[in-house]
Formats: sequence, structure tokens, C-alpha cells
Amino acid sequence: MSMENALPISHRQRLWLYALGGLVMLFLIAPSVIIVIMSFSGSTLLEFPPQEWSLRWYESYFGSIEWRDATVVSVKVAVMTAIVATLLGTAAAYAINARILRLTGLINALLTASLIIPVILIGIGTFFLYARIGLNNTLTGLVIAHTVQALPLVVLTVLSGLRSYDMNQEMVARSLGAGRFSAFFQVTMPQIKFSIVSGALFAFITSFDEVVVSLFISGGETTTLTRRMFNALRDQIDPTIAAISTCLIVLSIVMLSAAQLFGRGR
Amino acid sequence: MSLASASLGHASRRDGAINADALRAHARREARGLFVLLSPGLFLVFAVIIVPIGWLFWLSLFDETGQLSAANYARFFEQASYIKTFVTTFKVAFTVTGACVLLGYPLAYMLSQLPRRATSICLIFVILPFWTSVLVRTYAWLVILQRKGLVNTWLMDLGVIGQPLPLANNFAGVVIGMTHIMLPFLVLPLYASMKAIDVDCLRAGMNLGASPAATFRQIFFPLSLPGLASGLVIVFVLCLGFFVTPALMGGGKVIMWAMRMEQTTSLYSNWGAGAALGVVLLAVTLALLGLFHWLLGARATGVWSRR
Repeated sequence: MSMENALPISHRQRLWLYALGGLVMLFLIAPSVIIVIMSFSGSTLLEFPPQEWSLRWYESYFGSIEWRDATVVSVKVAVMTAIVATLLGTAAAYAINARILRLTGLINALLTASLIIPVILIGIGTFFLYARIGLNNTLTGLVIAHTVQALPLVVLTVLSGLRSYDMNQEMVARSLGAGRFSAFFQVTMPQIKFSIVSGALFAFITSFDEVVVSLFISGGETTTLTRRMFNALRDQIDPTIAAISTCLIVLSIVMLSAAQLFGRGR
Repeated sequence: MSLASASLGHASRRDGAINADALRAHARREARGLFVLLSPGLFLVFAVIIVPIGWLFWLSLFDETGQLSAANYARFFEQASYIKTFVTTFKVAFTVTGACVLLGYPLAYMLSQLPRRATSICLIFVILPFWTSVLVRTYAWLVILQRKGLVNTWLMDLGVIGQPLPLANNFAGVVIGMTHIMLPFLVLPLYASMKAIDVDCLRAGMNLGASPAATFRQIFFPLSLPGLASGLVIVFVLCLGFFVTPALMGGGKVIMWAMRMEQTTSLYSNWGAGAALGVVLLAVTLALLGLFHWLLGARATGVWSRR
């Protein structure tokens, strides 16, 4: 039963609350909306609302070799990260869910460490390590660093899927002669595939949007989109970034909707 | 099973023992298999996070001449610029956390009270920014708050102000930008904990004659405090180590902890000093999370981190 049926407080008595909540929601969403609108402006001045409309900032984005290269690097790294993090994260979640390993506290702490440790420290540490093993400015290095950051999201998402799944089904399959792997792929995975896909989407967007670690470990040929944006913003406010930002916002919306859609399919 | 085997003969007891051995061997095999599944992920985290941080900690214990010393830590108390950085960081963190509570509590309360459909629509307003790049949102605030930005233009057109307000490239800009980024980290756990409050408690209060305001003050608010505390700790801790927004919106005047770390290592290549800053930051972060855990017996991991 929902609460407004239970308590004798009418919506009218709550108008002040709705007004306040609405203002906070406006505060949260306004920046994205303003950037999307401004990205179609025809003038170099970032005025709002724009006096004239054009696609020149999108042309400037897609026409620039530097921006395009950076986007390609980011997409490559994000796809690879999503694949690796999903594989490792799903395997780890499966092992944790079985609850027969000892030291689960330590294991959980390790796997979620990247959520708690300040990301600037991870950035400096990774740069320091990569300098010794020659992984700075490489795609491999970026994929490894991003995988570590995306791993907790995949583990938590898949784990929540496994919690609502009855592992006895897999046991039944195995007692009927299926091997561990075929039991997992034929019985368990079809039932948790939505969690796995959601985890992969979260991993993709985590990698694509990652800034701080990429600032330290990417450069030259492997400059990511976020690193190039960060450096561009340090110099001046280039309207091209409004067009890139709009693309990133659309990407977030697409990823979230997809995750939502898959979540509903459960 | 033990009762049954006790009443059976000698031979079957031995069978039972063999069976138990087989079961134990099987369990060991299972555990080994599961550990193999877990190990690649654990290895990556260990190699990329734990090893470098341990290494940096080791480095922080030596001065520039390679002598074991506490010089890297002592300078935090001696040099005014470091003290200023810490003061700025805590000032920003407290202000942003306070602003998040003021803005986030009413929103979370509203979300918890609305009908389910309306809630799921309103939640989009929290979750979409949460999953939008921090860089994009910082850029948006730069555009909105700069000298000739949206806010200043509108306020001047309306005649509210004669001169543009200094909103970007200073403390105010950093606080506004960071509040926008941190707000979902407070709202989401707070909303979840408010949603879990038993409606019957509130109904009981009202049946016993409490006014809606008294019900809120005496029942709802205290029950929402653990959720609020959880969100508060997450926001505060994230603020302490936050980099992107102060680096872009501080105008070089607002130097926070993480920026100082970046400058010390990238600009001055003073790894010992930068590492010491990182070690203290990590210690403060873990201490705050540990304190919260100890006080409330709950983990401040309500929301997945996005920085």
C-alpha cells in the first residue's frame, strides 16, 4: 500500500515539498539540457538560448582528426574493458555466490577496493607501476586499469542476479551428468543473462567516462576522449565540447535505457 | 546421519568414513575450482591497486637523498601551502556535504512519498546525471557560471545585478559543480532507507494523535538518519579526494588535496611527497569509513562509486 493512502496528508498540503523537490530536480537536470541545446548554436559565443541554429560544432567534432582518433581510442578501450570486466566479474561473482570459500571478507574488500580508494591515488599508483613495466600510453594498460575500476560494478550486478536465482538448478543439472561448464552455460547463464548484460553496459560506460586514471596513463597515440576534453577545458571553453558532451549524454541515455530494458526482461 | 551410522555395524562405519573422505575431497576440488574462477580478478586488483599503493607508501618513507625519514610527512605541518590545501579541502568537503543534505533530503523525502509511477519518473532526474560523465557536467557548469555565462547574463538582463557575479573559477564555482556531482550519492541511499521505513510505525503515531508534522519529526526523521549518515559519509569521503571539478573550476585558486597530489607528482616529480599525501588521504578515508561502520554497524556502500 502506498503511503499517501495511509496518512491523512493531502497532495495540497505537500505542495511546498513538491516545489522544493522539483527545484532540486531542475538543478540536477538543467546543465545537461542546456548543453544539449547550446551544442546546436550557430555562434562561437556560448549564448542561451542560441540566436541562430547550426550543426557546425558537430561538424567540427567529426571533422577533426584529433577528436576522432581520441573517440576511437575510447571506444576500443571501453569495448575491451566491457568484455574483460564482464568475464572476470561474472566468474568472481559466481565464486563468491557459492559461499564455500574462506576469507570472503578479504575477497570482497579486494574486489571492491577501487570503489573506496581515492581515484587520484589509483591514478598515480597505476602510472608509477606502468612506468616500470612499459604499459603507459598503451591500449593494454588502459584496458587493465579500467577493468579494475569496472570490476566491482560487474561483480555487484551479477551477484544481485545470482541472489535471485536458485543455484540448486545447476546442482540438479550437474547431478544428472552435466559438467560444471555446460551446467553453467545451459542452465544458470540463461537465467542471469540480464544481469550480465547490465554489468557489461555499466563497465562500458565506466571506462568510456573515466577521466582521472586516463589523465595519468594515456597520451600520444592512445589519448582518450576524456583526456583530450580535460586538456581542452583547461585552456578555453571550446563550443566543440558542447557537441561532444551531447554525444556523451546521448550515450549515457542509450546505455541506461538498455540496462533498464534488460532489467525488465528478468 | 551420525545417529544412523552409530547404530550400524563396524563395516558400514568404515564405509561412512570413506564416504566422508570422498565428500571432503570433492569439497576441496569445488573450492579449488571456485578459487580459479576468482583469481584473475583478484590478481588484477592486487597488481594494479594494492602493489602500487604499497610501493608508494614505501617511497613516502624516504627523503630526497634516499635516507629513511619522516620528512615527507613533517612538511605537512611545517609548510603553509600544505596546511592551506588541507583547510581548503575540508572547507569544500563540509560545504558540499552540507549543501547536499539541504537539497537532497527534501528530494529523497518527496521521492519516498510519491506514488510508484511518479517516483520512477522522478528518479530519472537523479540517475541520469549520476551516469553522465563528470567532465560533461563540469563543462556545463563552466558554461553556465562563467563571467558572460547564462546566470550572469540573465541576472543582468533582469537588472538584478549591475556587474557579473564571480561564480566560476573560484570557491563558489567548485562548490556548485561538486554539489551537482555529489547529490545523487546522497539521494540514492537516503531514498532507499526512507523507502524501507515501516509505514505502520507512522500510522501508529498518527492513530495515537500525533500531527503529521510531529509524526515526521518524532518518527520518520529519526528512522531516516542511518540512511542520511550513510549518504553523508560517502559524499564527504568522495569530496576529500575529488579532482576533476576543482581542477577545472577552481581557476587555479582553489587547490584541493587531489590537485596537490597531481601537481607534486606530475609537475615536480616529487614522488615521495606525492605518495605521502596519498597515504594520508587514504588513511583519512578509511578512518572515516571505519568510524561510520563502528558507530552505525553498517557499511557506507549504498551506491556504486562514479567519480
